[in-house]
Parts: sequence; structure tokens; C-alpha cells
Amino acid sequence: MTKTQEMVYEVTVGEVMASKMVAVGPDQTMSEFRLLLRDNRISGTPVVENGKLVGMVSIEDLINALYDNAINAPVRERMKTKVECLYTDELLVHCIAKFSKYGYRRYPVLNRNEEMVGIITKGSIVEGLLKKLEIEYEQSESKASLTRQRPTMRKFFEDVSADEISFSFKYNVMGQNLKDAGKAASELKNALKKLGVCPPLLRRIGVATYEAEINLASYTKGGEIRAQIEKWGIIVEAIDTGPGIPDVELAMKPGYSTAPDWVRELGFGAGMGLVNIKKCADEMDLKSSVPDGTHLTMQFYYTS
Amino acid sequence: MKLKDIVKEFGLEVKAGPGHLDQEVTGGYVSDLLSDVLAHAEDGNIWVTLHIHQNIVAVAAHKGLCGIILVQGRDPEKDTVAKAEEEGIPIMVSSLSAFELVGRLYKAGIRGAEAD
Repeated sequence: MTKTQEMVYEVTVGEVMASKMVAVGPDQTMSEFRLLLRDNRISGTPVVENGKLVGMVSIEDLINALYDNAINAPVRERMKTKVECLYTDELLVHCIAKFSKYGYRRYPVLNRNEEMVGIITKGSIVEGLLKKLEIEYEQSESKASLTRQRPTMRKFFEDVSADEISFSFKYNVMGQNLKDAGKAASELKNALKKLGVCPPLLRRIGVATYEAEINLASYTKGGEIRAQIEKWGIIVEAIDTGPGIPDVELAMKPGYSTAPDWVRELGFGAGMGLVNIKKCADEMDLKSSVPDGTHLTMQFYYTS
Repeated sequence: MKLKDIVKEFGLEVKAGPGHLDQEVTGGYVSDLLSDVLAHAEDGNIWVTLHIHQNIVAVAAHKGLCGIILVQGRDPEKDTVAKAEEEGIPIMVSSLSAFELVGRLYKAGIRGAEAD
């Protein structure tokens, strides 16, 4: 199926119709109608009375009027009143079917309140499709240039060379206070976004770092979040100064939590933080000793 | 369905982010456990909760949620509104209970993710 064939199933009559149109009143004469055709270089118009469509009149009707010597007759007497209409929300594919079924050159377009809002011809269909094709082409072009411009970290490391490259971020996190928790994670996420880390990876890093930060803020005396950008991926560490986790294995169990009431009241402390981290990170390592503190290491690999 | 349509249809009071209501809502999530939301809500979801503290904004931002609806007419804390404005996360308030609101959202076509 070609793009244009696809489009006739997507584009509606309302999108391609001409909403600026020439119309004639039923009480105008065929002679006036002739001038209208000549001046606008068209071959027919809708007949509209008080905003309502009452008929269609074409060059063929004009020729017949001339033949009958009725050039000064009102349009009302010469127009066709059995009119095929299209609706704004109809798909082009229906519209095209109508064109080949009835053989008329133009169809008035109505909205669902039966008010006439435009006119559609083969010309307007072609024009509308061309415009749409052009827009889609431009969109795909600008998308392509965006991805071309965005430097990925992997590309960056390919392009630069040094015996050692170090790229790291450090954020301090206050303990026993959830008020500002999340700040480090969102700042890190912003920094990585600026470096061109792709959105799905960014989201995983953001969520895992956020959970780690919540843990620092909820359970420890405070600590820091460190992020290290490497050739192969990103390492995020959460390091605190105590009190440490007595049983790491138990702490990793879904649902297990030692959260105090004030933490639970804020909607944390359901025993899911570490589980979430494990789900988000590609590698996770948790080392802890009482009372010295805990060291959580998360690794994320580049996906693009 | 767009966020602004939900606001209109359910008479929600917009407390923050009125300029970000033109987003398409991909589905819904309801939970008062923030870690649960972090684990299971999906990109572009609307989140129904009764929490009013500022951590909800961080959760919504990290998950790429399209907005938060607070239930039972709860008033978000000042810090929460400020942070939501900063992050561009709409916060809306409904006078209904969570059960009732979610039921009506479902009826309006907003769906949750199927169990994985």
C-alpha cells in the first residue's frame, strides 16, 4: 500500500475541502450565474439560501438554459435539487467512491448540523493530499535531523581520546528528612538528559536514583549520590554513613520494611524501594555494615 | 482523551500546571504507595492519590505521568503546588472518593495496564 493510499483512509473531507467558496442565490438569474462562472473561472456552484444549501447549478444547466432561451430565468428553476453531499468527518476514501459513483465534479460539504461549510472537488483532494504529504515529509526530516544532532554518550567516547576520562556528579542528601528528597535524582536526570542519554534509560536511572535517595533520606544520617559516566554505561552509587543494614538479604525481600511511621505516612516504606531499584538497574550491588553504613551500586548500560 | 477533557467532564479544580492540560491521557493508576506508583504506573498515566505533599510531584516527574488527581477535595501543600508548577505537572482536585472517581474515569474510557 502506498503512502497516498494509506492517507485516503486517514484524511477527512473537512481537512481538504475549500472553505472559501463561491455560491449563488436561488433568486439570481442564470445570466448572473454565467458572469459568476466567468469571473471565478469555475464550472458550477452550490445554491445557498439563508445559509442553507438548496441545490447545485453547473455549466451544463447554463447551456440547457441557453438552449431553452431561458437565460433570464432564476437559478431556482434551472438548478438541480437532488444533491449529493459529503460531510466534514467523512474519510476521503468514501468521498472518492462518491466521485466515481455519481460523476459530479463538485460536492458541497456539510457539517453534522447540516450547515454548508465548504466544497470539495478533485482538485482540492489532490491539493490536500499533496499538502499532507509535504507536512509528513517535513516532520520526518526534522525528526531525522534531531536524532542526527543528538550526541549519544557512546558516540562521545568514540570521538574523544585520553588515557583516562572522568565524568562524575555528586549530590549530598540530607538524612531524616523527606522534604527535599528527589532533588538529587531529578538534577542528575537533567544532567544526563543534557548529555544525550536516551529517554527510556533516563527514566530507569531517574526512578532507581530516586528510590535510593528516598532510602538515604528516610533511614540514614545522610549521605551522597554519585554518578559516574563511563564508556559502556552509567554507574550510580548511594553511599551513607550509617546506621547500616543488619540483614541485607532480608532488606531485599519485597514488602520487608523497617520504615518509621513518619515515612509510611508519606506513602513510602512499603518495602518496595530496593525491589524497584533492582528492576530498573541492569546490575545492582548492596553492601552494608553496621554501624558504618551502606553502599549501593547500580549500573546502567547504554541502549543506543 | 485529553487531560483538559477530564478536567471539564469531572469538574476538577486545577491547582497547578494549567498550561499542561493538552496532553493525551494514556491510562490511569491509583495508589497511595509512592514506590508502587514508581514501579507500576506507565508513561502518560493519570495518577489518583490522596497524598498532598511534594514528593508526589517528584514521583510523577520521574515516571513521566501526565498529571495527578487528588481525591476527597484535598488541598495540595504550598510546596507541592510550587514544585508542580516548576516541573510542569498538573495537579487537579476532585471532591469524590478515590473509588468513585476511578470508577467514573474507567467509565469514561480511561484504563489501567493489564496485569503483567
